[in-house]
Amino acid sequence: MTAYLLKRLLIGIATLAVASIVVFSMLEIVPGDPARLMLGMNATPDAVQALRDQMGLDQPVIVRYFEWIGGLLTLDFGKSYTYSVPVLDLVTERVVVSLPLALIALALSTLIAIPVGIFSAERRGRAADTISMGAAQIGVAVPNFWFALLLIYIFAVWLRLVPAGGFPGWSAGIWPALKALILPAIALALPQAAILARVTRSAMLEVLGEDYIRTARAKGMPRRTVLWRHALRNAMIPVLTILGLQFAFLLAGTIIIENVFYLPGLGRLIFQAITQRDLIVVESVVMLLVAMVVVVNLLVDLSYAIVDPRLRTNR
Amino acid sequence: MTMPAAEPTNSQEAGFVAQALRNRSFLIGFVITVFIAGMALLSFFWTPYDVTKLIVADRMLPPSATHLFGTDQFGRDVLSMIMVGARSSIAVALVAVGIGMGLGVPLGCWAAARGGIVDDLLMRFNDVVFAFPALLSAIIITAILGPSATNAVIAIGIFNIPVFARVARAGALAIWPREFILAARAAGKNRTQITVEHILPNIANLLLVQGTIQFALGILAEAGLSYVGLGVQPPMPSWGRMLFDAQTRMMVAPYLALIPGFAIVFTVLGLNLLGDGISDIIDPKLRRQR
Amino acid sequence: MSLLEIENLTLSIGKTPILKNIDLTLSAGEVMGLVGESGSGKSMTALTIMRLLPQAAHAQGKVRFDGIDILAATEDQMCALRGDDIGMVFQEPMTALNPVKTIGEQVAEGIRWHTGANRAEAEERARKILDRVGLPEAKFPLSRYPHELSGGQRQRVVIAIACALKPKLLIADEPTTALDVVLQAQILDLLRDLVDENRMALLLISHDLAVVTEMADRITILRNGEVMEEGDTARTLSEQSHPYTRQLALASMHVPARRPFSPLEGEMSPKATERVGAGGTAHGPSTAEVTPSGRSAAISPSRGERTPLLVVENVTRDYPGRRTSLFRKPEPVRAVNDVSFAMKQGQSTALVGRSGCGKSTLARMILALDKPTDGAIRFMGETLTGKDEAQLKPARRNMQVVFQDPYGSFNPRHKVERLVAEPLHVLERQPEAGERREMVARALHEVGLKPADMDKYPHEFSGGQRQRLSIARAIITRPKLVVADEPVSALDVSIRAQILDLFADLNQRLGVAYLFITHDLSVARAITDEVMVMHEGKIVERGRTGEVLDNPQSEAGKALVAATPDLRRAIARRLQEQG
Repeated sequence: MTAYLLKRLLIGIATLAVASIVVFSMLEIVPGDPARLMLGMNATPDAVQALRDQMGLDQPVIVRYFEWIGGLLTLDFGKSYTYSVPVLDLVTERVVVSLPLALIALALSTLIAIPVGIFSAERRGRAADTISMGAAQIGVAVPNFWFALLLIYIFAVWLRLVPAGGFPGWSAGIWPALKALILPAIALALPQAAILARVTRSAMLEVLGEDYIRTARAKGMPRRTVLWRHALRNAMIPVLTILGLQFAFLLAGTIIIENVFYLPGLGRLIFQAITQRDLIVVESVVMLLVAMVVVVNLLVDLSYAIVDPRLRTNR
Repeated sequence: MTMPAAEPTNSQEAGFVAQALRNRSFLIGFVITVFIAGMALLSFFWTPYDVTKLIVADRMLPPSATHLFGTDQFGRDVLSMIMVGARSSIAVALVAVGIGMGLGVPLGCWAAARGGIVDDLLMRFNDVVFAFPALLSAIIITAILGPSATNAVIAIGIFNIPVFARVARAGALAIWPREFILAARAAGKNRTQITVEHILPNIANLLLVQGTIQFALGILAEAGLSYVGLGVQPPMPSWGRMLFDAQTRMMVAPYLALIPGFAIVFTVLGLNLLGDGISDIIDPKLRRQR
Repeated sequence: MSLLEIENLTLSIGKTPILKNIDLTLSAGEVMGLVGESGSGKSMTALTIMRLLPQAAHAQGKVRFDGIDILAATEDQMCALRGDDIGMVFQEPMTALNPVKTIGEQVAEGIRWHTGANRAEAEERARKILDRVGLPEAKFPLSRYPHELSGGQRQRVVIAIACALKPKLLIADEPTTALDVVLQAQILDLLRDLVDENRMALLLISHDLAVVTEMADRITILRNGEVMEEGDTARTLSEQSHPYTRQLALASMHVPARRPFSPLEGEMSPKATERVGAGGTAHGPSTAEVTPSGRSAAISPSRGERTPLLVVENVTRDYPGRRTSLFRKPEPVRAVNDVSFAMKQGQSTALVGRSGCGKSTLARMILALDKPTDGAIRFMGETLTGKDEAQLKPARRNMQVVFQDPYGSFNPRHKVERLVAEPLHVLERQPEAGERREMVARALHEVGLKPADMDKYPHEFSGGQRQRLSIARAIITRPKLVVADEPVSALDVSIRAQILDLFADLNQRLGVAYLFITHDLSVARAITDEVMVMHEGKIVERGRTGEVLDNPQSEAGKALVAATPDLRRAIARRLQEQG
């Protein structure tokens, strides 16, 4: 088990390393001089040069890469070109919006999808199955930002139950902040829940056809008991895989959804940074998002090992 | 039973068509897909109104007999824009699927044929790309090259590569240990010949199903990118962009937000049904291969 | 009164009829063998008794177990019966256990469910029954997971689950088909003992007449969902009054008519057995155990100047082992260990051994589909080891293969013509289309198929016909050696007899030599001149087929022979017991 987890951890670190090289080199080839950008068009060449020295822009690429990495590891993300404040401050300010949003959406999607999937598998071919899978089929096809627009129209504009957008900040209290995140979370969660419900159902059906289910039935346990005791845990293996992938989609999804709801999260930050060519912010945010995905995938690997004993002894 | 019972005979074209005609998902999906594709093709020759002409006097007209889906804030006919928008959606998604298949399938087949380090490296490459959802890579690419439909295609296409590589590899790995591959090797065929003659025809079904899924996802991704301004650029109409424009006018003209949304849902639903139908039809074969 | 009474049972799945008017009775403590070829409805009969049929199934008639009308019972009543009064053992031990639960949990589960025992009590009983089936606590604690056990051990766990509550009826559906003969004998012994100890009735389902004869007091023979004959095992099989019974029995004991191997004039007397590794080369393994002394006169190497067909010299194959720690290099697993032997032109040799003994690995290396870690393989004087695909072409022309699975050995998307013609790829000159069709037609004719069959797809053929196609593909280049890896073990007995005849016939007509890999000694006896016994990667015994099988010298050989069920002997023994 330790060997397995160590291996997954190493893979995670390698993924991050490769991702950092990709991000760094892609932004390296972008035309434009950050120093000039920071000082504006009227700056004297001397001033620009002085800032370049200060930022270390004339050092070799390798040196700058490692300085950037060293900075990331020590939580020194550098200074924003446009705001001239530490990137770390900008990012932390925004993460407290995006991360809760993604997590609420993930929780919501899981809580809806897995029971629906199991329920459908149990009633395969009956009306309840047909209806819920039909709904899931449509849910998969709905773009989350359009769904968000519909939600705004219904719940904010028409029923006036929640705000149509904006974020009061956590300082305004938990409840108002959560209220601002409810619609975005639902908009993110439902299409993902539709996918997850379908995966859960087909994983359950597949497992229910296995020989060991028949063995369990031959012990004299009713169908439903067998489903809970024997099928569920085995069916969770593919479901976990999808769950891991979905987190990446949800994080990316927040980028768009934040734009729909005018939420001051990482998504909005990254868009502003792009328009202002504030590359150091773009780099940091992208790396942060990738790191979150890697961490979640590690958690998924850990839960594999908990669910599946074969991983604990093999390899 | 000691032996597999008589097998369903379904590997021929005739069998496929006969089963397809009985499969509801396939039929509905097929009809929708053909309808949308036909609409996009038709838009090259004819649309009810010219989408490049702005007629301010006709702006924000609700749906009526003259403008079936109404007009937008510049007086353009929404139906015509939906038709032209279908083009961008289909083109972006299709090319992205092409990129994914074109690079992913050979990579996956190669990894499965070679195994060992090649295979390991490919899987690690997949891990890296999977850490960048399409939208994230689109953002990076856009940050470098600026927003355009081409960059959206590249971003979605890159994300499709590991998806197809994974499917092709998994499919190929299931075929490689089978005895007919050993027989081909005993007949002196090399890895490339075996991949082309035996592996590809047997994973084509899987790839087709994945293709429809990625096509549908591509349409969703294109809409998302265009919505945030990273995809198809105005004045070229696109469904995502239409939704963005409609957002601020939702109080006065909700149809502007509803119609492009329905177009997306309809198209994606059709493609997903088509994919489900195909995989239903070929499923007995997949099950036997396991 | 009988424990189980089946009267007039008719079953259909959807619109397909499966069983027709089945009658069957079984008393307490009695062993009944249910025999039939694939598709005869054996398993469905068993599942009907358990009421574990597929949803689309519809059963009519009467099934009474211990006074309960099974077909009319409620699901709750059935749950109370299953696992308590009726236990069931399945064919495939590798998939019959839940991979994410420990064996202790899986055995104790049924005990707790039926007796309401608490966890500790149930585990104590699970421990006892596992110990009884040969999995003592010391070596196999309850916390083991199925993947940590071998196939035979898993089947013991399944038996423990089925017998945990001492059911009145045990149904065993092909319980040993997936196991090798030695394991089969052990599992059958275990079943017999458990049945005797607890006075259980046993319904043993099998396609193997010999197995049933050894185990069952009475026998029911099924065909296409109908009972052909029913009665006392020994009498039914010795009298063979029903034509189908006779057909099955004859096929089970079938030995193809063939001349024993006589090598090219004067090289070797028909009675002589060559010494291991001899037959042309002076080189041979020096291990004493593979040269059973006094078995026959060795011929002098100088007599066989002709190049031997195949020479295997000190071949070893290691596989990377399972990594036990991230930092320690895994111990390699030695699948084939320093094997040497030689084969002559036209000679048929059987390579027998238990599953996992390395025989298939050896075969793959001979076919140049796998590379030896050490040693060399020479085929018709050419060294195969270390050559690339292009250099191997000449050798491949003379060396072909037939696999076990008639369903998996063809690309389902190609037509027969292309499939059978595939080996023509190795010819120096590629035949033209017309010529190619002619060659395919001839190969099809030789294996008893019609030339018109070449435009069909493989799924249009039955299992036996597909194995004919496999053989056609193997002989189309007129090879000197055909390696056949368990070529008949997936076939029903009557088909098996036909395919063995075909192999024998082709050996006579085309002079092709076979290397027959099998765990089934009756196949070896039927078709080969020589036998090599392989055990844990080594060849431990070699000699004339009849001699080795009648009087094995090595431990492994003895174990194999003793474990192999033999219909003739089994009938004789039963008749003797009954006086």
